[in-house]
Amino acid sequence: MKYLNEMKLTVKALSQNESFARSVVGAFFAQLNPTLEQLDDVKTAVSEAVTNCIVHAYNKQSGDIDIFCGTTEDSLTIEITDYGKGIEDIAKALEPFYTTCEDGERSGMGFTVMQAFCDEMNVQSEKGRTVVTLVKKVSKAD
Amino acid sequence: MEITFSLEGKTLIIHLIGELDEHASEYARRTMDSALEGRPYNAVVFDLARLAFMDSTGIGVLIGRYKLIKKRNCPVYVKSPSPTVHKIFTMAGLYEIMPII
Repeated sequence: MKYLNEMKLTVKALSQNESFARSVVGAFFAQLNPTLEQLDDVKTAVSEAVTNCIVHAYNKQSGDIDIFCGTTEDSLTIEITDYGKGIEDIAKALEPFYTTCEDGERSGMGFTVMQAFCDEMNVQSEKGRTVVTLVKKVSKAD
Repeated sequence: MEITFSLEGKTLIIHLIGELDEHASEYARRTMDSALEGRPYNAVVFDLARLAFMDSTGIGVLIGRYKLIKKRNCPVYVKSPSPTVHKIFTMAGLYEIMPII
């Protein structure tokens, strides 16, 4: 895929980086002049993906999260990669309210929110590597 | 994030301020649980007017507090969610257990 502009960011899997990651992606996305709602959608989806890496992929242990963003004239593609334990059953993980954390207060809505807030979502996973790809299109209102 | 509390009659208002994500969730749980245990009230309102951001971690946090409050048989409400937070509430069906006022 040929993008007009690209950005790469690597952060440690620490919860204090959630806000940083979604703000950076949001700032990059702002180049496409999105509406406030579209901007909030992207920031929320990125936050969900990064939280998944920290809580599920790395189980709050150390690790890297790679974030790639590419823009076309009217869309943002975001790839979020972790090198953690992988998702055993992707179809199950995509079900609303499904969570593998029985002891916590997890809503199991992370992927559902990503799907609802973006135009496309793709999840590829194997042990040691999971890639979540999100695409947000910018509708030109005026 | 910051959480403050006020009482209007016997209604406890919980003001959620800032960003509620995984990073803030432990602070949010601890702060609200301590206030919910120690104060007299017969209804609770989550005031979201100054909640700039919430992801699905916030759903889990709020449902956890809802369960705690329900043990006292008190109703729970929310007010003033942003459009994005409103979308998350609608998606998760949260308004069914804590209606908007």
